[in-house]
Amino acid sequence: MKFGVVVFPGSNCDHDCYYAASHAAGAEACFLWHKDRDLKGSDVIILPGGFSYGDYLRSGAMARFSPIMEEVIAFANRGGPVIGICNGFQILTESGLLPGALMRNKHLKFLCRDVFLRAEQDAGRTPFTRNVEKGRVLRMPIAHNDGCYFAEPHLLDRLEGEGQVIFRYVNAAGEITEIGNPNGSLHAIAGITNEKRNVVGLMPHPDRCAEELLGNHDGALLFQGVVP
Amino acid sequence: MKAIVTVTLKRGVLDPQGQAVAGGLKSLGFDEVRGVRVGKHIEVELGGDGAQARERVTEMCKKLLANPVIEDFSVRLEGEGA
Repeated sequence: MKFGVVVFPGSNCDHDCYYAASHAAGAEACFLWHKDRDLKGSDVIILPGGFSYGDYLRSGAMARFSPIMEEVIAFANRGGPVIGICNGFQILTESGLLPGALMRNKHLKFLCRDVFLRAEQDAGRTPFTRNVEKGRVLRMPIAHNDGCYFAEPHLLDRLEGEGQVIFRYVNAAGEITEIGNPNGSLHAIAGITNEKRNVVGLMPHPDRCAEELLGNHDGALLFQGVVP
Repeated sequence: MKAIVTVTLKRGVLDPQGQAVAGGLKSLGFDEVRGVRVGKHIEVELGGDGAQARERVTEMCKKLLANPVIEDFSVRLEGEGA
């Protein structure tokens, strides 16, 4: 089992993802440079957080034209598991692998703190959530300026109807509240999957809480889940 | 030739920046302000004739300069009326 972590200019969570894949999930991991076209035989692709291309124009807008993204898109279209974390989620929406868009946080502030997420689908709904049963509340850090999930009403209906909403922002008790939804995301959406359920994007950082020594290893579940 | 692209958030999409700017204007005493939308102004220098340039820049907007999920755009060629 091999994780490929894409490195864009401005990625800053690539090493965290590499560490989570290799230590928390005990898998092989490699870096994939954005100018290359070789996925190096990766079985899972991670688009890490950061500020790819300086977030110029829109967060994630430029990264999708990297040569490696052509291969990642083809890999995803073949059913390969892909996860985008934070800036990686933004890149997935910009590249059309996930629906909707991530907009400026409701209160216009960069948010860097722990939040609570509730798993909205049965375990195994996606390759990354095999170890996360429905209703389970996870604590994870967020660190973003553009994390307010937006989609047109008909698209939101479809996402809800098809069970594509994977994580919602909640309070510690697992309830949806206004304060628990830090960035104003519609339907308190923190993470979604595509129709084929092989691509997952989320704003919170499982990579930054995948080690017991750091006081929280809820995030390790997502990396471990994809390893058979 | 220069094309001027204006990108704005779609009507109905919440614009917190615009709301903050509107609040700022009101606190400065501009009580007549009813609303503000913040957008982007992009200038593209390119070759080709007018009709062709407009078509190409529209294509650029659809592919990169705007995100059609949340944004509208308009294209004006320099020399044309605003």
